[in-house]
Amino acid sequence: MRGASWVLVVVGAGVVGALAWVGFTPIHSASRDQIFEIPKGTWTRRMAGNKVEILPDHIRLTLGIRDILVLKNRDDVPQIFGPTLMMPGQSFRLPFEQAAEYQFACTAHASGQMTIVVEPHPQTPWARIRWRVRELIHHFS
Amino acid sequence: MKLLALLPLLWVASLGAAQPPALKAGVFDPPRQAPELTLQGSNGRELTMSAFRGKVVLLAFGFTSCADVCPTTLATFAEAHRQLGPAAARVQVVYITVDPERDDPDRMKKYLGGFDPTFIGGTGSPAQLAAVRKDYGISAEKKMFGSAYTYAHSSFTYLIDRSGRIRALMPYGHSPDDFVHDLKILLGE
Repeated sequence: MRGASWVLVVVGAGVVGALAWVGFTPIHSASRDQIFEIPKGTWTRRMAGNKVEILPDHIRLTLGIRDILVLKNRDDVPQIFGPTLMMPGQSFRLPFEQAAEYQFACTAHASGQMTIVVEPHPQTPWARIRWRVRELIHHFS
Repeated sequence: MKLLALLPLLWVASLGAAQPPALKAGVFDPPRQAPELTLQGSNGRELTMSAFRGKVVLLAFGFTSCADVCPTTLATFAEAHRQLGPAAARVQVVYITVDPERDDPDRMKKYLGGFDPTFIGGTGSPAQLAAVRKDYGISAEKKMFGSAYTYAHSSFTYLIDRSGRIRALMPYGHSPDDFVHDLKILLGE
């Protein structure tokens, strides 16, 4: 019984320690770019009848961590990409400075719209935990 | 020896020089030349993009019966224009209609004049305007409400530099201050 209690104490302390680390360690990001790229040959694949989804109709960004939307057209033909027309080899880099929901007309999506949700920088421990857990789920999904 | 001591300073200075000031708008890299267009201007003359070389152009699309997006965008341009002071003479607002049925040059002149008399509108035949929208990647969809109609259209603004290149795209909703910030950078080049 005494052994089992010790295990519980150690596990509990470990969980609390991990949560404290996740909640209190500031979030840093090597790059603030959220990149979406049209690969070479996309137009050809679409013309062949293949459905090619590159840009989701809902994008989530976080201020100070990942708050720059970068679109790149690596294909050989001009493409409507997100809100804009992009030439072959061209990139588009859109920074966000305010947390808000942004709507863009986007003919590439069935809804005709693309939504970018820019969330505030996670300042509190709880917000950091939530942000890290969501990133982890997104990473493995 | 003194020259060697100066090297780190020169290196730091070169780093600063290599970083152009960041625009608030989304930036295209490399920028492409703004496609040429020929429309009827609200000033009674032919409207072409090449006529504005040497000026920074704010190019947006909309229509005079628009209830919310267009008046907000044009009021933002007008305020940015006012804040720029004398430098505003080197900035040209060009507003191209997506509604040629209603927007003739006179109507556009009256409408735009309510915001700033220097703003120029562009109109033309449906086919001409459709070709311009295609060249600039602009969407415009007519929505019927009984016998009335409106348009859902791209609401962003292109920033075209003095060489006639599409440098950036400012999404709808940015403040006059953001436009002034970017216009000053483009005017300073």
